[in-house]
Amino acid sequence: MFSNPDLLKFIFGRLTLDSIPYHEPILIVTFIAVAIGGGAVLGLLTYFRLWGYLWNEWFTSIDHKKIGIMYMVLAIIMLLRGFSDALLMRMQQAMAFNGNEGYLPPHHYDQIFTAHGVIMIFFVAMPLVTGLMNFAVPLQIGARDVSFPFLNNFSFWMTTAGSMLIMISLFIGEFARTGWLAYPPLSESAYSPDVGVDYYIWGLQIAGIGTLLSGVNLIATIVKMRAPGMTMMKMPIFTWTALCTNVLIVAAFPVLTAVLALLTLDRYAGTNFFTNDLGGNPMMYVNLIWIWGHPEVYILILPAFGVFSEVVSTFSSKRLFGYASMVYATVVITILSYLVWLHHFFTMGSGASVNSFFGITTMIISIPTGAKIFNWLFTMYRGRIRFEVPMLWAMGFMVTFVIGGMTGVMLAVPPADFVLHNSLFLIAHFHNVIIGGVVFGAFAGINYWFPKAFGFKLDPFWGKMSFWFWLVGFYFAFMPLYILGLMGVTRRLSQFEDPSLQIYFVIAAFGAGLIAIGIASFLMQIFVSIKNRHALADVTGDPWGGRTLEWSTSSPPPSYNFALTPIVYDHDSWWDMKNRGHIRPTDGFLPIHMPKSTGTGVILGILSIIFGFGMVWHIWWMAALGFVAMLVVTIVHTFNYNRDFYIPVEEVIRTENARTKILAEQVQ
Amino acid sequence: MVVMGPSGDIAVQQRDLIVVSTVLMLLIIIPVIFLVFFFAWKYRQSNTDAPYDPEWHHSTRLEVMIWSAPLVIIIALGAVTWISTHKLDPYRPLDRIDSSTPLAKDVKPLTVEVVALDWKWLFFYPDLGIATVNELAAPVNTPINFKITSGTVMNSFYIPALAGQIYAMAGMETKLHAVINKPGEFEGISANYSGAGFSHMRFKFHGLDQAGFDQWVEKAKNEGKVLDTNAYVALAKPSIKDPVQYFSSVGDGLYNSILNMCAVPGKMCMSEMMHIDAKGGAGKESQENRARLIHDNRDAADDAAPATMEHGDTSMPGMDMGHGSHAPATPSN
Repeated sequence: MFSNPDLLKFIFGRLTLDSIPYHEPILIVTFIAVAIGGGAVLGLLTYFRLWGYLWNEWFTSIDHKKIGIMYMVLAIIMLLRGFSDALLMRMQQAMAFNGNEGYLPPHHYDQIFTAHGVIMIFFVAMPLVTGLMNFAVPLQIGARDVSFPFLNNFSFWMTTAGSMLIMISLFIGEFARTGWLAYPPLSESAYSPDVGVDYYIWGLQIAGIGTLLSGVNLIATIVKMRAPGMTMMKMPIFTWTALCTNVLIVAAFPVLTAVLALLTLDRYAGTNFFTNDLGGNPMMYVNLIWIWGHPEVYILILPAFGVFSEVVSTFSSKRLFGYASMVYATVVITILSYLVWLHHFFTMGSGASVNSFFGITTMIISIPTGAKIFNWLFTMYRGRIRFEVPMLWAMGFMVTFVIGGMTGVMLAVPPADFVLHNSLFLIAHFHNVIIGGVVFGAFAGINYWFPKAFGFKLDPFWGKMSFWFWLVGFYFAFMPLYILGLMGVTRRLSQFEDPSLQIYFVIAAFGAGLIAIGIASFLMQIFVSIKNRHALADVTGDPWGGRTLEWSTSSPPPSYNFALTPIVYDHDSWWDMKNRGHIRPTDGFLPIHMPKSTGTGVILGILSIIFGFGMVWHIWWMAALGFVAMLVVTIVHTFNYNRDFYIPVEEVIRTENARTKILAEQVQ
Repeated sequence: MVVMGPSGDIAVQQRDLIVVSTVLMLLIIIPVIFLVFFFAWKYRQSNTDAPYDPEWHHSTRLEVMIWSAPLVIIIALGAVTWISTHKLDPYRPLDRIDSSTPLAKDVKPLTVEVVALDWKWLFFYPDLGIATVNELAAPVNTPINFKITSGTVMNSFYIPALAGQIYAMAGMETKLHAVINKPGEFEGISANYSGAGFSHMRFKFHGLDQAGFDQWVEKAKNEGKVLDTNAYVALAKPSIKDPVQYFSSVGDGLYNSILNMCAVPGKMCMSEMMHIDAKGGAGKESQENRARLIHDNRDAADDAAPATMEHGDTSMPGMDMGHGSHAPATPSN
């Protein structure tokens, strides 16, 4: 076509036709399925003329509730991708025995386990907790939005842009074959010369900006925007855990950014921070990435702890036991999470005293965590427990999580870790705490706050189906891995020699199948609930007998959340207000000052994908163009002074009167 | 379950720790799990006989208990951890053969130098003058001193029946002291993912009685080839499912030059570089040494042995960070 290779290289960088994996039948089928499914969705959106609605009401919205919901949608879509990876791995490992190489060659299998880890942590678990915090925190503290509403929208689109870049790697080029933390020297260009690690780097860097800014935003919101009377020690526990999580995000994510930037320099500029040769030191990378990585797991679990605190107390119809010790436990965990990172590599040759120090600090974390478990237990004690779906998740969590905690403490004993490190026992452990903690917490949170977000409850039958299949599926999928770990089987293997191991992998694959039914039941739950939304409707705004302020407003809340800012006198402010015969104010409204929607976040997100794609493929003109365009759009946006407006008082009165009428009809 | 029923004294003690820590934690965990079910059942909404106290939220006595119970367990476990971590430090020479036999004074340990390569294991027996690939043997009840390094990316040297693992890293030496108490054939693996051939990076470890071990050494000496620099360079190229190989004669200081990343002829040893640095560095002239300090080069090796890699090499024009430095194939020194 072209005769000038230099020109071709200038235009396309290292992108060639061979970069499209048309020789991989699995990917071709996936691509066709995605193309058909995506085409159908786009077609339907066009047919029903929903583009304008989506753009105006969602994509450009700076309403924290809608952004929170969009985070959840992103997480659920990415969950389907990450879980497909899990099924592919489970099938491969169940097959690859007795000389059978399975259906995935290492080149493909190694990408899958890397993608599974990256997607599940960064684009499922993180959006799940960020989404819940975004949705619930401002409502819980009686605020009308977050401190920096545009920044919130921008954060979401950067996270989405990162996930899109990772998804693009499925069909153009390939993903990293390094494991989810991309340890050098394997991730250096001498050992991973292709684009996989570059997709990894730029996907995470772009999403990392979103995460960091969202952390700043929520800290500012919680510190500055609490309703009058809500002192720190009167904040709902979920807000407390959100505060600690975001402090962790702001303190930890820059480390990730820095260490990935150093790896980027190694790969792009020929530096030698982490190479074997020329004075580089890969161990430095391992230290740095875990200085981010360990706080990261607490970033994920703390909000889940917060959800469980709300759920257990609400569904036991009882005040949370030991509020203060819950807060201190959360803060202690936050601090200690910085003092344990070395337990991820006891086996790298540190001295005995260093290893013991980090082992013991790790165990110390189990003390506040244990205190939390007891606090939930004694919240149930002398309560009136309703086994609604969120409470089921909470109880499934309490039983499952303590097992994961136990195996975690075992791994914290350095000599025991020497035999368990990197084994399937470790895999079982962290899935035990991440599924049993974060995922169960997210599902509890979704079932708990869904009626607040949409005005109708989720269908309990399918919710229970989802819960039981997840719970039983989890035990089938991961208990065999504990056993395999004790049989000395390590992680990331794609083929096995010992045929006696096969049965365990088959059981694990069966468990993954059960979890698949659990996920399908969850989607079914959403679908059925939307279908039966009138029967499931809740007009009171307080379907569970709630305790915190989000339940005092309508479901879904008006864009301004609260017509009049609530005043807080005690813990569980809404419970307190109800007990004191709170009467909903029906006059005295004022115009409400609100921020305006803006498309800048979407545009910056798209530009960052263009920039990242250019960097990955060394298409320098595209990267430069994307980067400059991002700067220009950002600068132009700062000159946009038309960024706020007042909701006229008539509209507030109209909205509030409509609610008064609905509530009055309820009473009759 | 080899981890729970190992055959080496170190692994046995590590197993015991797993058991001890599990039992200690079950002291808390079993009551918790029981209470979850018990409270859930007792205080279910339909049970109106159960007491209901919606405002009860504090009890100093209970609070003290729920913080101190885990604390006590962790103090116990922390003490166990401190002691056992020092006692089972892989760098610490053994002081016993098994729980009932202290180490005799005059026992000479067997030294094994381990090199992780793409994707096979190379073992040197410096005292015996032999080397092997993908097979390791040791006499029972004799302390083994492993010195471990890597000629490539990170790996982890792990024989579950013998002792816990330790990482193998290029330009660095880690150590492991262990002893095998029962004769037998055991699995050895790499426990840290290292690329396409990782799944097959396994070897057999033979625990043999002294006569059996002597025979094994004889066999290696009789069947063995020569492992000189050229043979090592060929061996270090990426390959999968390598057969067991024996070497009856080993080039002088080969392990040390691998450790110093200068086994390939023409490369500068880390020790020399560190010596230059210690003297204050070589200034601008050090640029001349750059090519001699470049070691990581799986791709160049891959060009020479294309059949071993699953995926076609995507070389990167414009990204040549000195990869192209094919060293002259002359023996060093």
